[in-house]
Amino acid sequence: MTTEVGSDTDVKKEPEKVPEVQQQTDQPDEPADSAASASADQPQEESQSAEAKSDQEASPSPEPSSPPAAGGQKKEKGISRFLPPWLKRQKSQSQDKPDESSAPPKQESVEVVKEEQEETNQPKEEVDGGGAVTTSTEQTEEVKEVREESRAEELQPEEKEREEEKSIGSADTQPVREEKEDESEMEEKEEEKKEEEKKEEGKKEEEKKEEGKKEEEKKEEGKKEEEKKEGKKEEEQVIQQEASVLSTLKVNKKMKMVVCHVTLLDGSQFSCEVEKRAKGQYLFFQVCDHLNLLEKDYFGLSFKDNAEQRCWLDVTKEIKRQIRNSQWQFVFSVKFYPPDPSQLTEDITRYLLCLQLRQDIASGRLPCSFVTHALLGSYTLQGELGDHDPEEHRLDYISDFQFAPNQTKELEEKVVELHKSHRGMTPAQADAQFLENAKKLSMYGVDLHHAKDSEGVDIMLGVCSNGLLIYKDRLRINRFAWPKILKISYKRSNFYIKIRPGEAEQFESTVGFKLPNHRAAKRVWKVCVEHHTFFRLVSPEQPTKTKFLTLGSKFRYSGRTQAQTRQASSLIDRPAPAFQRTSSKRISRSLDGAPVVNVSDYSQADGAGENSPALELNSDSKSKLRVQGENIYVRHSNLMLEDLDKTQEDVLKHQASISELKRSFMEATPEPRPSQWDKHLTGSPATTLRLQTHGVPQNTPPRPGTDSRDASKSAEVKPEGNEVIEVVEETVVIEEVVKAKPKSSTPEASVPVETEVKEERSLSSDSESEDEAEYHAQPPSTSISTQQIKEEPEEEQEAELSQQAPPSAIESQPSAEAADPGPAAEEEKAAQPHEEERTDKPLLTPDEAPNGHAPQGEAPPSPQTAAADEEEPHIVNGSASRVETEHLPQVICCSEPPVVKTEMVTISDTFAAQKTEISTKEVPIVHTETKTITYEAAQLDGNGDGEPGVLMTAQTITSESLCTTTTTHITKTLKGGQSETRIEKRIVITGDSDIDHDQALAQAIKEAKEQHPDMSVTRVVVHKETELAEDED
Amino acid sequence: MAGLMSGFGSFTHAVVRALPQSLAKEALRTGSLEVDLLKAQEEHDKYVSVLKHRLGLEVVELPADEALPDCVFVEDAAVVCGDTALITRPGAESRRKETEAMKAALTELGLSIVEMTDESATLDGGDVLFTGREFFVGLSMRTNQRGAEILADAFKDYAVSTVPVQDRLHLKSFCSMAGPGLIAIGASEAAQKALKIMQQMSDHKYDKLTLPDDLAANCVYMNLPSKGDVLLHCTPEEFPESAKVFEKLKDHMLIPVSNQEKVKVDGALTCCSVLVNRKKNI
Repeated sequence: MTTEVGSDTDVKKEPEKVPEVQQQTDQPDEPADSAASASADQPQEESQSAEAKSDQEASPSPEPSSPPAAGGQKKEKGISRFLPPWLKRQKSQSQDKPDESSAPPKQESVEVVKEEQEETNQPKEEVDGGGAVTTSTEQTEEVKEVREESRAEELQPEEKEREEEKSIGSADTQPVREEKEDESEMEEKEEEKKEEEKKEEGKKEEEKKEEGKKEEEKKEEGKKEEEKKEGKKEEEQVIQQEASVLSTLKVNKKMKMVVCHVTLLDGSQFSCEVEKRAKGQYLFFQVCDHLNLLEKDYFGLSFKDNAEQRCWLDVTKEIKRQIRNSQWQFVFSVKFYPPDPSQLTEDITRYLLCLQLRQDIASGRLPCSFVTHALLGSYTLQGELGDHDPEEHRLDYISDFQFAPNQTKELEEKVVELHKSHRGMTPAQADAQFLENAKKLSMYGVDLHHAKDSEGVDIMLGVCSNGLLIYKDRLRINRFAWPKILKISYKRSNFYIKIRPGEAEQFESTVGFKLPNHRAAKRVWKVCVEHHTFFRLVSPEQPTKTKFLTLGSKFRYSGRTQAQTRQASSLIDRPAPAFQRTSSKRISRSLDGAPVVNVSDYSQADGAGENSPALELNSDSKSKLRVQGENIYVRHSNLMLEDLDKTQEDVLKHQASISELKRSFMEATPEPRPSQWDKHLTGSPATTLRLQTHGVPQNTPPRPGTDSRDASKSAEVKPEGNEVIEVVEETVVIEEVVKAKPKSSTPEASVPVETEVKEERSLSSDSESEDEAEYHAQPPSTSISTQQIKEEPEEEQEAELSQQAPPSAIESQPSAEAADPGPAAEEEKAAQPHEEERTDKPLLTPDEAPNGHAPQGEAPPSPQTAAADEEEPHIVNGSASRVETEHLPQVICCSEPPVVKTEMVTISDTFAAQKTEISTKEVPIVHTETKTITYEAAQLDGNGDGEPGVLMTAQTITSESLCTTTTTHITKTLKGGQSETRIEKRIVITGDSDIDHDQALAQAIKEAKEQHPDMSVTRVVVHKETELAEDED
Repeated sequence: MAGLMSGFGSFTHAVVRALPQSLAKEALRTGSLEVDLLKAQEEHDKYVSVLKHRLGLEVVELPADEALPDCVFVEDAAVVCGDTALITRPGAESRRKETEAMKAALTELGLSIVEMTDESATLDGGDVLFTGREFFVGLSMRTNQRGAEILADAFKDYAVSTVPVQDRLHLKSFCSMAGPGLIAIGASEAAQKALKIMQQMSDHKYDKLTLPDDLAANCVYMNLPSKGDVLLHCTPEEFPESAKVFEKLKDHMLIPVSNQEKVKVDGALTCCSVLVNRKKNI
């Protein structure tokens, strides 16, 4: 129920954001259905949500069925689906507060979204939503779902992201399917839908699988298919994915086969037949299978577009749609260069990386000195040829190798000289040495793009694992580490990054670069989004939640992150596969070349090691809107895992927040919440704006959704940005929300068990619009050190943005937004406060009022609100009322005194324009029963800047039926140039009696540990709440 | 063949140059202090003695050139990293010829020489901070962008980041490496600002050793076979507070070296030698 509500809110928000007009039109429906739609939306957003939806809809009825059933709802649902994670988050936020007011707008927004983004529509979710409409009944089902969700939620980051991605993708596709079956997207979507339908649970399973979280998989599988074990899981997943693709294809149309030619790293050609409508992953899997590669997440397939520019094949999308008129010619290569190749599990993976690097070196892309050329060349010889043989190896024996762009005799002699010194080294050792040296090269793994700075000076943008590097000629003139980047966006041929303010700076700044053309700008943007997600986030942004449609580009990296792939590969359990080293094709004398491994083993290995299938599946949904997924509420139990020591203050706050939450829960009636959520959704100008913008552009909704991750903040911001962006094709805002403090769990409250674990949030909404896109980088909870800072600023900006955004986006939906925002925002805020914390209310109200009044601009706030967790009153500072409405239904069952938690909320607004402004506000967020999460960011002004160096952000992820809220607090303090980052992750599981708290808790802890091996669970608090019942949803 | 970027601070040779009589009157200086030539000579002898006798480095002593009053500060004439030596093009016109003798000496040591022939490029070795993992080049009155680019071309393995230097002669007028991953940095605002920039530009994490006196932040770190971590730093007479900070480095062999006179002509500890690592095998 809560989920439903949340979804509604999200949906609402999204719609609002998008086109107000549309929203308005939709509104009528939404209000009535709002709750249902919301619920539906939520599900969509989160894979879990989907489940929840299904539950909601017909407690038993599976999601798939529901989708088809609810036509009208579908639209809404579709919208919601379209809505990015942010929206979802927003919903959650909105749910808490503004359900009522927001609802109508949300619906509108949803509709709009649907209209705008057919692709993005999340049919399933919608369907679910339709089912969800009957929320009350669904609740029971929700419990079940909740369990799954809770699991998922636990996994949330990854799963959610994946799910979201999938869901999003599915959602997008679904709508299309519904509306336009013919469209290729539709087809994909349809496929997905089919898959989903067929496997409603399967989706969940898939998602879980995709998530790569074995646990989830196991659980799910256990439920459904215990038989499928890790190894099988992967295989199954893959199979499922492939099968689904194939099946869908088959189902849809006659199979038209096309021959793909793939150039492998050793220069050889691999050809395979694929169905004309096959997705990229099918081909990619074929290639990886051919190579016997398990650690495939580092690799990708690329093709040349009409302009001869290298483009990465999106595995989640149809090949045909991507290559357009180009040849079916692909190149298999390394996409993400592992910073530490020694951590790769298999030698074959390292070998392939070596081959890639040899190419990079020979082509000059990876510059090195003479000595390094010689050294690396000598390892190449040792790896390929084995020990130097004076008789067999004359100087010309190396003529077949290219060690440098311009190879001299002197170099070759040096290579041979060094080769002699490697005697006894196995090929695997030689490769390892090669990589150990190559990885230290300054340009290792740096993807360069030509650009001009604001003054028209030629520069190069280098995207790498750590962030974005700026080069002028060969000199590094600037560097923006991922934690410093709040948002990445592009508009037309401009590429923008919003920078987190430094210690002494008060405001965020946006740096713009001019790319040769629009496509180049989008390409850089996508690469940044992917690298940020892969290297910085623990798990991809949760697409599932967001599954909604997004107007802008919904693009998100849906594959596994490095953390995930490492985890997955750690499970690889197959004999080292034998492989032939290229050039020589002979097994070097060294022992390296292991005998061929049995296929069976391999398969198993896949299963175990590769979650990739799952991931890939996720990737299908591609549009991983990074929606938050951060907030998960599980009723009844809160798990708190604290990594860092919490100060007493934090603890107190935490307790306070808990108490507030309890109060809110207690106070809030289930029904009201939904309404509130709706209001929030609708009310949240940001969302609406976003939606609008997106909608206008196409993608608006998604972006808003993107914010979802972080929660309200990001969401809000993004939405705005989206709005602004109307023109922009895709804007992805990377908001890193850091939650500064962990709040001590307030044990007092009986039920909630809070597990604080460090988490990451990835969020970003994708707007499908191609012109602009924003990506809010939310620092993964884990990585985050710097990220936190921005939040405060963002809040401020948000406010600004909200105002701005409204205008831009609003135009279309002005009336709606304006109206909605005010009421919605206020209502939301008010509602939330009431529910959660009354104390907060005052604050919130003021803020809200401003925001709300402010106009639509405030809308963003609502989204933001979602983000914040309980800790502090939603207040959200009105500026961005980031109240994340989570599942009202499940409403957190904190019976105990409501705790008000103040969290720093960072909201980044995505102005398409770049402009930047993301205002973060520190708003106290109060958690309402409904699962509202509020992030409090430092206050507008003071936030980041005011308190130099200290950034606090709270992220919340809300899941529906079962509410698991994960709050990550990242506190970053800058002192004398040094930053200290503290990350605390708190997982609140609220559940009805139906939920197995112990299990949920165990899962949450397990997940947390998996995600953050370095972190420890410092506190587990269980609160029992009696009141919950309300969650009626 | 330790491979790339290993053995930071490992040196076998040092190139130094004798002090010309003209230093006292003609050497460039940002201040207007009188140099006591005798004391300066004494200081320099002691410095060379530490390198040669105390640390056991092979010291190549170039003769002084009276026409080059600043020639004792050999650091500015060349940047040596690994087997490559970049012969610079000093920013001060009067110092351009200092590179000739240096080039000959380094060639003699078997280094592969890269020359900075671009007429528009200027680079003083005093603006080049090599951390073991990357280069930072101060853009100062003596060093320009073009010079930094050429340095980046000469040492392709490493990232080369530029750092604006203001109110100081060189980048290393307020910082230097005091150990692997340890940057000695002055406490002044300008120094801290530069450090911040360096930290932002770097993919690597550095520890910092903050010294109350900027000039004291210029020290000479080496990692020698039988000596371990060696640090030549300021004397308590010159900078009592900063000396105390150095004394906290328990694991280093600390060698206070007086630089009272040479500092008057902007000479710091690192300025007076070019350290080279010439092993048999790369």
